[in-house]
Amino acid sequence: MIKKLLIANRGEIALRILRACREMGIKTVAVHSTADRDLKHVRIADEAVCIGPPSSLDSYLNIPAIISAAEVTNADAIHPGYGFLSENADFAERVESSGFIFVGPTADTIRVMGDKISAKNAMNASGVPCVPGSDGPVPDDADASLKMADEIGYPVIIKATGGGGGRGMRVVYDASDLLESIVLTKTEAGAAFNNDVVFMEKFLEKPRHIEFQVLADTHGNAIHLCERDCSMQRRNQKVVEEAPAPGITTKQRKKMGDSVAKACVDIGYRGAGTFEFLYENGEFYFIEMNTRLQVEHPVTEQITGVDLVKQQLLIASGEKLKIKQSSIKPNGHAIECRINAEDSETFIPSPGKVNRFHLPGGLGVRVDSHIYGGYTVPPYYDSMIGKLIVHAEDRDAAIKRMEGALSEMVIEGIKTNIPLQRRIMEDTAFIAGGAGIDYLEKKLGL
Amino acid sequence: MDVRKIKKLIELIESSDIAELEIVEGEESVRISRNSSTPAPVYTAPAAPIATASPPAITANAPVAAEAVADAPAGETIDAPMVGTYYSASSPTSKVFVEVGQKIAIGDTLCIIEAMKMLNQIESDKAGTIKEILVENEQPVEFGQPLFVIE
Repeated sequence: MIKKLLIANRGEIALRILRACREMGIKTVAVHSTADRDLKHVRIADEAVCIGPPSSLDSYLNIPAIISAAEVTNADAIHPGYGFLSENADFAERVESSGFIFVGPTADTIRVMGDKISAKNAMNASGVPCVPGSDGPVPDDADASLKMADEIGYPVIIKATGGGGGRGMRVVYDASDLLESIVLTKTEAGAAFNNDVVFMEKFLEKPRHIEFQVLADTHGNAIHLCERDCSMQRRNQKVVEEAPAPGITTKQRKKMGDSVAKACVDIGYRGAGTFEFLYENGEFYFIEMNTRLQVEHPVTEQITGVDLVKQQLLIASGEKLKIKQSSIKPNGHAIECRINAEDSETFIPSPGKVNRFHLPGGLGVRVDSHIYGGYTVPPYYDSMIGKLIVHAEDRDAAIKRMEGALSEMVIEGIKTNIPLQRRIMEDTAFIAGGAGIDYLEKKLGL
Repeated sequence: MDVRKIKKLIELIESSDIAELEIVEGEESVRISRNSSTPAPVYTAPAAPIATASPPAITANAPVAAEAVADAPAGETIDAPMVGTYYSASSPTSKVFVEVGQKIAIGDTLCIIEAMKMLNQIESDKAGTIKEILVENEQPVEFGQPLFVIE
């Protein structure tokens, strides 16, 4: 069993990881930048090591500094959280070759699933349905690309294979725009991801985003933990997530869940992961896999009762998965609203000192946040300052519970997106359930 | 045990040569120690949990020293530009790079910080005389930790 864990992240997820460690008797090392000395998890960790100046590149993305901190503290393992280095295969490799356990899959798995083309090939081989597309890079020959797009059927989307987080993609509605769009996307991809390889897929116009959570151990066992619906998005960033996905039947859940659990075994997956799908007209289409813990993991924890971070640590310690697939059933309904330090209308980030802070409470209300009264939100990192999660007996009750919780939540001194979240909870299409990924931006007039 | 009593005890210690004082009253006890002059260690002591907006200045059973940090070194400091293990010489048998009283110029190698099995020579960005060396050979250091006092 891991004895000492270095948390290579910050903010709410670092606190989440620390809490799991504390419950498991694992000692914690909090690495932080100079701007993050007052982070809640830094103050309560067993040990804290400053690894760099405020800039992420020099601190949370600084591989030698993080591994060095693990060396000087004699940590056994490193948990990368989400974002930052969590899907950096090079980091995973260097962590392991330096003699530490990396809480996550192997570097090879990260590489295969991080490249969208090879990920799709792996999924096709495993029988997981994918978005119809080029099955490989877009051909250099102009006629061949035009033919390919015709076969797929417009509209098509050109995507960077090394892209992620919703970046490096372009939709083409007409053959006349195809060749230029390919060139533009390749150029952008080369600049942003150092990899200009692009592929082509059918563009689904009003799909929903539905993803499946999985856990896989090092003994050949893999299970799914139901799905989440993350269709409320703005600029490809999730705003609200829920589990289970409205309208998905037990039969659909079993079929898709079993296929992703099988895929885990086929690719030798280790740890927690998420298979992301676009869902349209009753069909699921694989788009990518996130080989890490996700921001929205709490809604899955609420409906299944499984502590995903504890499971990550157990799997990383070499333990066998004790949870049987048959025991996983969605219980009730959970919704998560991301709380960002930003203006609700303009979305401009709003760092600064939180001078009044009051959290909601009551049955089925959970807050995952590192913020406290008197804490100053630094300007150097992303604006998410917490997550408000509710769990209730059904979706309608969960929405009402979230409305109440949002109304009780007080964060003063900085602007937050709480007003936007309240508007979403009152929105008729959201309340009806099943809105697509285009809905929120249309509602906001973007 | 009320705060006024504890304040009086602190005043007592400060005005005397007492290094440490422990008083037990029934089920309550207070131990107060005078701050030592060694610099604060790399690893922060477990801080009081954030139960209230500001941590209580004195908690029963906790030494006063836990809240105070060592006096900031007077003069300018040269701080660690990276996290790792500090070495005062390039090998166990080599002469140390700098000693107290030594004059140094910008670019002089002051020490080595080892990270991930790589030895990095740390060069001075200031000129002057080494007044104090704040760390010991083979001590782990964090980013920004003061290593030398220079004037």
